[in-house]
Amino acid sequence: MKRGKFALLITLFVMVFFYLPVVIVAINSFNSARFGGEWKSFTLVWYSKLFADKNIWSAFMNSLLIAFSSAVLSMILGSVAAFALEKYKSRFQTIHRMLLFSPLVVPDILIGMSLLIFFVAVQIQLGLMTVFLAHVTFSISYVAMVVLARLQDFDSSLYEAALDLGAGRFNAMRLVVIPLVFPGILAGGIMAFTLSIDDFVITFFVSGAGAATLPGYIYSMMKHGFPAVINSLSVLFVIATFILVLMSRKFLVKQ
Amino acid sequence: MDFLIFENISKSYGSNKVIDNLSIAVQKGEIFSLLGPSGCGKTTLLRIAAGFEEPDSGRVILDGQDITNLPPNKRKLNTVFQNYALFPHLTVRDNIAFGLKVSGFSKEKINDEVERYLDLIQMTDHASKKPSKLSGGQKQRVAIARALINKPDVLLLDEPLAALDLKLRQRMLVDLDWMHDEVGITFLYVTHDQSEAMSISDTIAVMNKGRIEQKGTSVEVYEAPRTSFVAAFIGDTNFFDGEVKSIDGDYCLLSVESFPDIRVYNDKAVKPGGKVYLSIRPEKIGISHNKPSEEKINVLKGKVEEIIYLGSHTKYWISVNGFRISVIAVHNTFMLDIKEISFNDEVYIYWSLDSCYMLEQYKEEDEALLTLPDDEILDQETV
Repeated sequence: MKRGKFALLITLFVMVFFYLPVVIVAINSFNSARFGGEWKSFTLVWYSKLFADKNIWSAFMNSLLIAFSSAVLSMILGSVAAFALEKYKSRFQTIHRMLLFSPLVVPDILIGMSLLIFFVAVQIQLGLMTVFLAHVTFSISYVAMVVLARLQDFDSSLYEAALDLGAGRFNAMRLVVIPLVFPGILAGGIMAFTLSIDDFVITFFVSGAGAATLPGYIYSMMKHGFPAVINSLSVLFVIATFILVLMSRKFLVKQ
Repeated sequence: MDFLIFENISKSYGSNKVIDNLSIAVQKGEIFSLLGPSGCGKTTLLRIAAGFEEPDSGRVILDGQDITNLPPNKRKLNTVFQNYALFPHLTVRDNIAFGLKVSGFSKEKINDEVERYLDLIQMTDHASKKPSKLSGGQKQRVAIARALINKPDVLLLDEPLAALDLKLRQRMLVDLDWMHDEVGITFLYVTHDQSEAMSISDTIAVMNKGRIEQKGTSVEVYEAPRTSFVAAFIGDTNFFDGEVKSIDGDYCLLSVESFPDIRVYNDKAVKPGGKVYLSIRPEKIGISHNKPSEEKINVLKGKVEEIIYLGSHTKYWISVNGFRISVIAVHNTFMLDIKEISFNDEVYIYWSLDSCYMLEQYKEEDEALLTLPDDEILDQETV
């Protein structure tokens, strides 16, 4: 009994710690006071200002574009990498595995910096393209990790059964393996999407002028005071991210 | 006609030789069983036939054609996997249709055939279900139909009944036999279960350590085992080793253990002074309180050490001069009317001179396969 209460207390404490700031931001987004702090009256003015702000929208569209395209490309590359890791067990695969999964542990600031140095060295113009490439590099790791986990649970006799029944290797992949692994690929893609859309550090290094994504734009807004529009933006952001994460969980848990 | 031929097949994984220069031929239309303990190489041999494994050396020949280097999808062989390997994302109907679809048959032809096979396995009512909604026996039937619909030259079955419970296993055996008669396709059946193999097979090949120990009909391998492994792995038996004292027509006189001389049918052309190993099945031995008076039998006197009553038969372990002999008495009379044989009784055990069989090869390690009395099992466990 006692332990149960203690665990509950800890859980509550963690929840409060995690979500109280979000709740405060959400409340403030409806607060008509310009700089928060104390409650004045209920308003939707920050939301209407948010939807009217062209710069925010262009940053948001940049974010969406990069998140979507980098998610799609990393879904393809990450899945291919996972298939290779699962199928071939040579010594080179150990190196492949290490290289593939290192972005999961290397600090963002290091990735950002080294990518910046690289882009400058090979003289690629900083902009949306470099942000896209940077996001693909770290997203691949996450997609590969999720897909590999699913492949390891995959019953290889299903693939053999497809071959046995007369399917060539391409058809066996197309008709049996890919459909069964697809929820994993999709979950990896959604994960890549959410990671891309709220990445700040790496994007900060590799985005040139005029290629601001939403997190970068929010940061620059905060540097010039603390407009209440950020509150309403954050609330929408949190909701969207939650929906995506729930979706990816659903795909992972299903089957 | 030799239909599926394995010719000098060898296969190793690292230093572990799984199949050792094995040659065997399966006849067209028969049910051929590969029977052996786990790790004997039987599944590897099946996978070599299917094309999932490549032999290190040797050839596989199907209907006169060398298929050793063909990929699985180019072989006219289909497999029923041990875990069924039904495609979980497809319905029963689509699972069965899979082979015909990838072979590019017309829609009408596929539909007709699928309906026919759904009917054959009595699964028409469940055609739209996903495999996860089926029972073990139903999955099994779908797996068989999915393979058979492609009209393979040989159907490969890898322990197809291992995942089913006993009653269902017996039913499925009858079903399999019936389906075999229906479609007339050659079956290559891999199992570790001797009763399964004996009941369904036309030919059994007993495998051990990557080699065929003996090939023959069920009756042949059971009644006339060539090696101690076959004798001990299929059914239960008693082993004796002895020396030939003299030869008397068709029979030879042996001195075995500390028993009185034993006479046995001489089908191996042994000479006096030669060492021989005998196998005698427990159910061939009779047991009685009174000394039997028949002619042409061997009789030993011993003491009852252990009795296990099993309804249709009773198992006894009789100690003869300290040597333990297993005896099975099959009951074809009402047991309550008979003077019971009980623990520590002095009894006579006896068997016909023709019931004992001389082995060609004997290995002491095979004795571990024999059923032991409980107290010995207990002793082993406490060690």
